[in-house]
Amino acid sequence: MKKLLKQLSGFLLIALLTAAVFDTTPAIGQDEAGPVDEYLELVEASGAEYAPAFDFFTVSMLWTVIAAALVFIMHLGFATLEAGLTQSKNTVNILFKNVWIISIGLISYAVLGFNTHYPVDSWQIPGWLGINGPIGDLNADGGDTWGYGGLSLAMTGYGDFIFQAMFAATAATIVSGAVAERVKLTSFMVYSTILVAFGYTIAGSWHWGGGWLSSLGGGDAAFYDFAGSTVVHGFGGAAALAAVLILGPRRGKYTANGIKPIVGHSMPLATVGVFLLFFGWFGFNGGSVLSANPGPLGLVFTTTALAAAAGGISSILTSMIVLKKPDLSMALNGLLAGLVSITAGADSVSVWASVLMGAIGGVIVVFSIVFFDKIKIDDPVGAISVHGVCGIWGTVAVGIFGGASLMSQVIGVIGVYAFAFIFSYVVFLVIKMTMGVRVSEEEEAGGLDIGEHGQEAYNIT
Amino acid sequence: MKLVVAIIKPFKLEEVKEALSEVGIEGMTVTEVKGFGRQKGHTEIYRGSEYTVDFLPKVKIEIAVQDDAVSEAAQAIVKSAKTGKIGDGKVFVLPLEDAIRIRTDESGESAL
Repeated sequence: MKKLLKQLSGFLLIALLTAAVFDTTPAIGQDEAGPVDEYLELVEASGAEYAPAFDFFTVSMLWTVIAAALVFIMHLGFATLEAGLTQSKNTVNILFKNVWIISIGLISYAVLGFNTHYPVDSWQIPGWLGINGPIGDLNADGGDTWGYGGLSLAMTGYGDFIFQAMFAATAATIVSGAVAERVKLTSFMVYSTILVAFGYTIAGSWHWGGGWLSSLGGGDAAFYDFAGSTVVHGFGGAAALAAVLILGPRRGKYTANGIKPIVGHSMPLATVGVFLLFFGWFGFNGGSVLSANPGPLGLVFTTTALAAAAGGISSILTSMIVLKKPDLSMALNGLLAGLVSITAGADSVSVWASVLMGAIGGVIVVFSIVFFDKIKIDDPVGAISVHGVCGIWGTVAVGIFGGASLMSQVIGVIGVYAFAFIFSYVVFLVIKMTMGVRVSEEEEAGGLDIGEHGQEAYNIT
Repeated sequence: MKLVVAIIKPFKLEEVKEALSEVGIEGMTVTEVKGFGRQKGHTEIYRGSEYTVDFLPKVKIEIAVQDDAVSEAAQAIVKSAKTGKIGDGKVFVLPLEDAIRIRTDESGESAL
């Protein structure tokens, strides 16, 4: 009891010091006026030229934060999908990694990620590297209205922050599926922190942050990645490939007599996961409209949904014809493949182009999954195929169907993928040489739940 | 006393239970098991790779019976569990040295 009290007071002291450093004191002063009065004051204070558009601003900001919540639920999707496609003896470990990723993702994005992703004017190497520090009060200096983005951004500073923060952790969680069932927990915790804090943000700064990719080509020939087929999904897929190459396959998967499949333990969980991801994608793509502009918003919802559906159908057909049986896990991956394939061009392609893009993604993903198994790259959930390979297709497809310059799309893909791969490879290799990245053979056989956590996922009496 | 152990196809469990009840046997222990005899497994496919599953799900029933009830019990199981197709299972009869009812401490045949 005494020991607990000592530890508790120690933690409280650290928490108080942190609060003092990061200035968590809220604005003091309660207004007598109600919310409607406050809103009117806000409108007036912004200036006359913004008043007519203020309702649009408000609705857009509302949509943005709702979209942020939708992207958040994708993390539950990732968690359940990964748990479903892996063995029950590793379920606690998979879920644990997913809890870590969303937690460290959000915090690191506040501590340095957001301002590194969007350096604005503080680049160390202009257009390439702009590592910066924590967010301050984003509502200050007009950041709670048009003062934040002027007429080009219909959201407040915090709206921008929270929406982007939810994206950041998705890149690291893509890797968690590929390295499942054999990666060492602490090594992954270190790796994913560095990946989301620096890797994702630096790569993203090249395009969305105004770096070299955003001015590549220029005008109509500019690199176009609407919601991140390359800068989010491609980044994650390429990083995952690098990690898996260093990590190696699960034991017993590739034998002298061929591939011995390691079957996922819960198809229901996997299915719940994919549908949650599909649901969240409406926020992922829909929120990337960055406003409530009715035209693009309706289009993006439609292209997103149809591409997913097309991906599902085409992967089902491919599975039935090429693999002889309709494989549920392939059908699920097909939905995701369709979604990744439309993510770069959801707002810039026609509805029928989106169907075609999704359908082609669904075919690609089946062949890609089988291919990686053939060359002995073990990816338990197909993350490299769904996000990495289909991310390439989704980005390049905008050059075919969406009017972007094909050359710019290809250069962008190569640039981001190469960076993601190399960054991930180097970080993972350093971790391998210092901490090790893989659990022991015994632990892998007995399960990471017991080995890393000392607890089991299913305690059925 | 004898311990009658039967391995049967899982979907036959209810039928076997009813058949045993009809010959006066009301108590049994049931376990979910895997196994194979001459029935070969089947091929499954997962993400493009084929693999064979040799072990098939079965159900094991154990009943403790008096010597003069063994043949009736065994026949009841055989009749109700039979489908005529391969994989129907087997019945084993083992000698049972003693049985004790935990609640009352009775032992021997009165514990059955």
